[in-house]
Amino acid sequence: MSLTLVLVQTLNGLQLGVLLFLIAAGLTLVFGVMDFINLAHGVQYMVGAYFAAWFTAMTGSFFVGLALALPSALLLGLLLEILVFRHLYGRDHLAQVLATFGVILFLNEAVRILWGAAPLSVPVPEILSGSIVLMPGLLYPVYRIAIIVAGLLIAVLLYFLVSHTRAGMLVRAGATHPRMVSALGVDIRRLFTLVFGFGAMLAGFAGIMIAPILSVEPGMGDQILILAFVVIVIGGIGSIRGAFVAALLIGLVDTLGRSFSGDLLRLVMSPAEASQTGRAIAPMLIYVLMAAVLFFRPAGLFPAAR
Amino acid sequence: MSEAILDVENLNKSFGALRVTDDVSLQVMPGELHAIIGPNGAGKTTLLHQVSGLLASDGGTVRFGGEDITGLPMHARVHRGIARTFQITSILPGFTALENVALAVQGRSGSSFRFFGIASREQALNDEAASLLDLVGLAARADLGAGTLSHGEKRALEIAIALATKPRLLLLDEPLAGMGHEESNKVIEILRSLKGRYAIVLIEHDMDAVFALADRVTVLSYGRVIASGDPAVVRSSPEVRAAYLGDEAA
Repeated sequence: MSLTLVLVQTLNGLQLGVLLFLIAAGLTLVFGVMDFINLAHGVQYMVGAYFAAWFTAMTGSFFVGLALALPSALLLGLLLEILVFRHLYGRDHLAQVLATFGVILFLNEAVRILWGAAPLSVPVPEILSGSIVLMPGLLYPVYRIAIIVAGLLIAVLLYFLVSHTRAGMLVRAGATHPRMVSALGVDIRRLFTLVFGFGAMLAGFAGIMIAPILSVEPGMGDQILILAFVVIVIGGIGSIRGAFVAALLIGLVDTLGRSFSGDLLRLVMSPAEASQTGRAIAPMLIYVLMAAVLFFRPAGLFPAAR
Repeated sequence: MSEAILDVENLNKSFGALRVTDDVSLQVMPGELHAIIGPNGAGKTTLLHQVSGLLASDGGTVRFGGEDITGLPMHARVHRGIARTFQITSILPGFTALENVALAVQGRSGSSFRFFGIASREQALNDEAASLLDLVGLAARADLGAGTLSHGEKRALEIAIALATKPRLLLLDEPLAGMGHEESNKVIEILRSLKGRYAIVLIEHDMDAVFALADRVTVLSYGRVIASGDPAVVRSSPEVRAAYLGDEAA
């Protein structure tokens, strides 16, 4: 357990954290603001990655691919909201879960039909390829740093949008007092549609950014969706700030836990036992964390003001 | 009667077998303060919901400024000039008084203000909000959190919010409810200052206020209009006294 390894894994944890934040931000807004459980949020991430792969292959440039994939992810989000989700807002959570699960199955199958079951890969853009020396003995891929920076920038932008702009004020007001905001002459439905599309675009952005370092394949959104739900429950449903803190926490705990729980356990048990127990415990750590947070703060770390 | 700004004709609304609005017709003239009174459960608030667009009607028409608006949603009616307050105080407690009103100014003007502009720097918007706060006597409270205002101040804030949408018709649902004598006098003064400048539909249980302010009074009982007209005439109608006013008017 060298210092370098700890630092590298910390950076990896941050990178997972900002990706989770991009996905969880939309999920928590949609769940918190509209009281709508959208299991299909994970497929937005997958579709973002597919769009990136497709447009990058078509144009030969990752950045042009990014520029085309982002609005496409937004459009798909808006389309799904108009065709499917808006008819579910008034329904109970079971109906929402069933219908959005159907959307997952549908879209997973759709990408399989369109792009095949084999994983696609997206080359890391030239300008962001290679590694840089962060400190003596510590090499880290530039692209992963770019993901971290992009994620943090989005977080700052989002915070500014929600807390300091008129649009953000309307969203916050509409979340708690929809009837009153409607009485101000605001079309609350259209506001919700925009929030929804924006959330979908953020998830798509996460998928686009991850495409060069993961394989793009059907179902890739399902696993991360579970993590995103853990994030919004820990952070407090409806809270962007909570989603940010919880996403980084989950990213770090999960990554560092998987790398080092064996090493830590070795302090108290034999090496063979330690590595076996560590492997068993590591995947559970985030759920243990969630249980602990729920026990002490049932509304999450930063409950959204009601 | 053709120049009425609000013209409600044969309006109906049922919840299951219960007819809450039963063939109600009434007109409001420009600048008129039209009070709607009636015992609890008479359907006053439901009628207001139907006029403001919060509830869809089962039958009948609502005309505003000559236009049939029966099928329009609430936000569209707001843009045509109908503003309302709610029986249960509806303000945004986490925002300042000024922000509450500014948001309403923005709701009205839509895209003419920069949607993504920095909220606190939009001078025109904040100036207009400040002058409305001044109008309802809350100028000194502008930067306080709306949740920390007294009950009477919250109701005054609601009126400022409603005015921010630049209405031609104000629908006020029990603006004096739950207020002490002094507080309700302040709100009555605000209403008096608005009278004549806006057409107002006022639902209120405070009979002293109603008969002091109203140009016309309509009495609802079990969803039906049982009397409508000049306050003095309505007040002395035996039917109304039996249904509602009881000894209070004697």
